[in-house]
Amino acid sequence: MSQPITVYVPRDAAALSVGADEVAQAIVAEAAARHRPLRLVRNGSRGLLWLEPLVEVVTGAGRVAYGPVRPEQVAELFDAGFLDGADHPLGHGLTEEIFYLKHQERLTFARCGVIDPVSVEDYRAHGGFAGLERALALSAAEIVEEVTRSGLRGRGGAGFPTGVKWKTVLAAEAEEKFICCNADEGDSGAFADRMIIEGDPFLLIEGMTIAALAVGARQGYVYIRSEYPHAAATLGEAIRLAYGQDWLGEDIHGSGRAFHLEVRLGAGSYVCGEETAMLESLEGKRGIVRAKPPLPALTGLFGQPTVINNVLTLTSVPVVLARGAQYYRDFGAGRSHGTQPFQLAGNIRHGGLVELAFGVSFQDLIYRFGGGTASGRPLKAIQVGGPLGAYLPAANLDLSADYESAAEAGAMLGHGGIVVFDDTMRMDRMAHFAMEFCVKESCGKCTPCRIGSVRALALLDKITRGDGTEADFLWLEEICTVMAEASMCAMGGLAPLPVRSALKHFPEDFATGRAA
Amino acid sequence: MIATWDPVRARAIIDDHCGLRGALLPALHALQTEFGYIDSEAIPMLASALNLSRAEVHGVISFYHEFRRTRPGRHVIKICVAEACQARGALSVVEDLKARLGLDLGETRADGAFTLEAVYCLGNCALGPAALVDERLHGRFHPSRLPLEEAE
Repeated sequence: MSQPITVYVPRDAAALSVGADEVAQAIVAEAAARHRPLRLVRNGSRGLLWLEPLVEVVTGAGRVAYGPVRPEQVAELFDAGFLDGADHPLGHGLTEEIFYLKHQERLTFARCGVIDPVSVEDYRAHGGFAGLERALALSAAEIVEEVTRSGLRGRGGAGFPTGVKWKTVLAAEAEEKFICCNADEGDSGAFADRMIIEGDPFLLIEGMTIAALAVGARQGYVYIRSEYPHAAATLGEAIRLAYGQDWLGEDIHGSGRAFHLEVRLGAGSYVCGEETAMLESLEGKRGIVRAKPPLPALTGLFGQPTVINNVLTLTSVPVVLARGAQYYRDFGAGRSHGTQPFQLAGNIRHGGLVELAFGVSFQDLIYRFGGGTASGRPLKAIQVGGPLGAYLPAANLDLSADYESAAEAGAMLGHGGIVVFDDTMRMDRMAHFAMEFCVKESCGKCTPCRIGSVRALALLDKITRGDGTEADFLWLEEICTVMAEASMCAMGGLAPLPVRSALKHFPEDFATGRAA
Repeated sequence: MIATWDPVRARAIIDDHCGLRGALLPALHALQTEFGYIDSEAIPMLASALNLSRAEVHGVISFYHEFRRTRPGRHVIKICVAEACQARGALSVVEDLKARLGLDLGETRADGAFTLEAVYCLGNCALGPAALVDERLHGRFHPSRLPLEEAE
């Protein structure tokens, strides 16, 4: 008999949501019926989500892609000889040569979709743990210095320099310190955290372990939202495997250094993505925002010095250590160094994950990669950086996607999620929705957010009904100012952003309400 | 399959978790996974096991949208209504679901067959509208994919 042929079918939640399990079963059944030996690997997603389930076959020339595959098309693919990489209408040739993938700069997502996510051997074979091995040979201060020099900034949205945060925790004197990973990816349009945890979970374990070595922590927690059961299960399995092979535990690979890691689930609260609310939640309390100072770096989880970083920050760390700070720093624009995994979502033809150096334009992301709207109708607006992010009109898409340029345009890059809307969307309704979301999700700690959002929503109720007066618009603007300037955290502070940007760029959608 | 409320089993679940630091959320998740909701009887049990007041336990349960205080339907449908899914017509899917099921968002049908809930983002934003039906994630969701016959 011939050698078994390796076939990849993703186990990523997005791929499963469009039938990847059924496709995998059909392929196994068909291969058995035809007596073709086959090795099935359930990989992460390559991030070409409109092609999911994307099936890859290993050939002499490389991996050949077919998608989107439906279970009933599997027999037909066998007939066409897809196990030998033969042509088929669903075929896309070599995966690595697909435009969408070929033109990316994948540092964080280099292995995502390539390897078996729950195989330490596969991770090692693709350069995994090289960053940690180097970190084990460095002093804590040297690791912090390397991360500082790389220019890495927090990918959760605020863009705070990671090295500076770590340095504060390293310098703090305490019995115990913690590493907390914020995987409470609640922003609509963002799914990079989920994808990397499902597609390359050892990368997060490695990044957190390096952070622990850098600041002298022995315990870490990953706070994953409960809406991500697949990600939590995959990470849990990876953690068990890492313990089994001494990549976690009391003695990491004979170094005598210890690090322990646990997954904790959120429970459907958006504000728990705010770092201090997340700490409260990890402590088993209501997710109420804390006043800062004291900084979590000094008084964090259980009152101890704590590093809180986003998934994408921590998963950028291994490459910084493995390839060196300068290598990472050389990607990017201005003071935004490195790469950002952008996520194309909403009404977009080619939705998915595009990792590129900062400085690419939204125009390029949405048209060169994304292929424009899925509906084929004109693009009306994009929302960048989640439900608290600004709405930008089609005319502003030449903007450079980096922290500073976005801020200058009155927007924020946030977590790199970009949601596309076509011309059927009414922006007064989106403004209303944004404030309604703030009413539902406000933790209630500070007055501007708790009461401001309710009053602003009442005005938006009136305005979207067409009954708004000039005075209502002025009052709405005043409430937005108070919320933006006086709220304790980004929830209330940013909730006015989608409202104000919708008013600024799409006044015609509100015009019916402007009674004299 | 979710189990019927059983205080002995609940006690064992709570005991399994009370050694954790910040044990309340993990314990609540475990109880809800077992029974589908948090029974009122569990509140004093949690309070005494974790050295908290009943008010604190109640406060935590009521803060988080995920925790339920009543038994859900045999099928739980969570439909995403966040921006990216709205851009793909999620709100008309919600209207369709409400009409088919005879339910408003947040309600459970009297015959116990269905619970319909809105969620904000399932992380499937490029393949919207997204829905979670009995823990199974759906992309490009259409209400015709509901397990209607099965429940009736």
